[in-house]
Amino acid sequence: MLVLALLCGAMIGPAGPTWWRIPLELLNRLPLLTIHSGVSESEWNIIWLVRMPRVVLAGLVGCTLSIAGASYQGVFRNPLVDPYLLGVAAGAGLGATFVFTINRAGSSTWLIDPLPLAAFGCGLAAVLVTYVVGTAFGGERSSTTLVLAGVAVTSLVTAVQAFLLQRHSDVMREVYSWILGRLSTATWTDVRLVLPYVVLSTTVLLFHRRLLDVLRVGDDEATALGAHVNRIRLVVVLFATLGTAAVVAVSGLIGFVGIIVPHAVRLLVGASYRVVLPLSFLLGGAFLITADIPGRILSNPAETPIGVVTAFLGAPFFLLILRTRQASR
Amino acid sequence: MTSLNFEKVSVQYGHRHAVVEFSEVVRPGEWLCLIGPNGAGKSSLLRAIVGIVSFSGNIVVDGATLHDRNARRRAQLVAYVPQSPVMPSDMNAYEYVLLGRNPYVSHFGSESVHDTAMVNSVFERLDLSDFTHRQLGELSGGERQRVAIARAVAQEAPILLLDEPTSSLDIGHQQQALELVDKLRREHGLTVVSAMHDLTLAGSYADRLVLMHEGHRVVGGTAQEVLRAETLAEFYGVSVHVHHEPDGTVAVIPRRSLRT
Repeated sequence: MLVLALLCGAMIGPAGPTWWRIPLELLNRLPLLTIHSGVSESEWNIIWLVRMPRVVLAGLVGCTLSIAGASYQGVFRNPLVDPYLLGVAAGAGLGATFVFTINRAGSSTWLIDPLPLAAFGCGLAAVLVTYVVGTAFGGERSSTTLVLAGVAVTSLVTAVQAFLLQRHSDVMREVYSWILGRLSTATWTDVRLVLPYVVLSTTVLLFHRRLLDVLRVGDDEATALGAHVNRIRLVVVLFATLGTAAVVAVSGLIGFVGIIVPHAVRLLVGASYRVVLPLSFLLGGAFLITADIPGRILSNPAETPIGVVTAFLGAPFFLLILRTRQASR
Repeated sequence: MTSLNFEKVSVQYGHRHAVVEFSEVVRPGEWLCLIGPNGAGKSSLLRAIVGIVSFSGNIVVDGATLHDRNARRRAQLVAYVPQSPVMPSDMNAYEYVLLGRNPYVSHFGSESVHDTAMVNSVFERLDLSDFTHRQLGELSGGERQRVAIARAVAQEAPILLLDEPTSSLDIGHQQQALELVDKLRREHGLTVVSAMHDLTLAGSYADRLVLMHEGHRVVGGTAQEVLRAETLAEFYGVSVHVHHEPDGTVAVIPRRSLRT
């Protein structure tokens, strides 16, 4: 499914060669294979330098948001949380705003780009505040208080961000274009920027899939089964936030993915995190690549923001699965 | 078979003393039942053994104190069935029982062939083979209790702790659950510590009873020694009739106080 989505993403676009020539050319570019596809060098540049980075980046963003969403749902034992509801995304946005207002031009040439790190730091702070506030007032089992705390933290963080932008109106344009996302102007540099974070965070999360199943029986019983509950929770939150902050740094705010993909997977194959995590990863990538396609061609030459598309595709998709699931019972 | 010694064990929640200097020796293969009114500290004591609440004093399993064992090793020695186990309705019985193997799997590892074979044999031994793929949400109260016990059995721990194993069951399933525990105890030489409210059932299954009151150990001994009308009146504040059967079992029958 992911491969199919990758191919479709590469084949469809407002400019460039006829769609069926592209898979042939991709094969041609593989070592040891020579196929005459009739794709010219400039057309190939459109595919390789414009479409492919965008498709790969969309895939990475989708994979990461989905697996992070599923992981948050696991450690907080709450089906309603996703990176956006917990305030991670807003926190990451605030972190990025700090970097922009202080000095973007100078810092981007540093050895390690501070942008993802600041996004990560603030995102992590936001999720920790949400968790502490949510559990302090609602107790461990209350789903609603956690979500409400997330909403409160998100609005507080957004307010701080708005205040900062008022004071530094010169960077407002830069920050807003950052928030809205740069998927449409993605380059291989963006892919290289997020790839290490994505690989690190998803690897660690995938290694925790069995332990997330242990946590499903509650903190007390998980402890009695010999699990270090707090340690697991801390590590999972840390790495899920790292991944989220990194992809938010390039894609801007894309909602829906972290909550809809894991739920779709659960409805299809069951709730065990052993399958939910890896499948959310794959399906999330495929979903976001597919969701990016209509954005490019619908209002050509203008672009439809991908967040609009995910909501449009996501909601009916979710309802459809819910319906088939109920019918099969 | 494994012994369990409590040496001046105390559990405190903030300023409230839930268990106060509790000392007791549970012999290898023995079934000890903790009785006492609500809030006596029975559950807190069980929760202390499995590391859910912290305690002072010592709990010694087979000569080594639990403080010196890490969480996984402790879970290999002690299995725990809480009063109302958390059973995610969308988890199936196999996945649930497999969680009992967690103490034997390394942090990032996954279950070995031995672990899955062990779980399969637990399903067979407990006559649960038909349940393997059933969702926990579809099970009845009695079935859930058997699956919860199955998870504890899969832990292969020599000590089994049961917190109110019969509280939500009808009289038939109560007996069924306790017979199952008794059978496992005999077959595997388990040492069992349970907390129970039904005094008649407690007396007929356990080897020894320990009465707790406000965190303190009050009295311990056989059913005949502990289940006495005066004792129960003092600590439970009830009027009961204690009936001794010819075979040695003791039935505790609550009596309605006379209307004035």
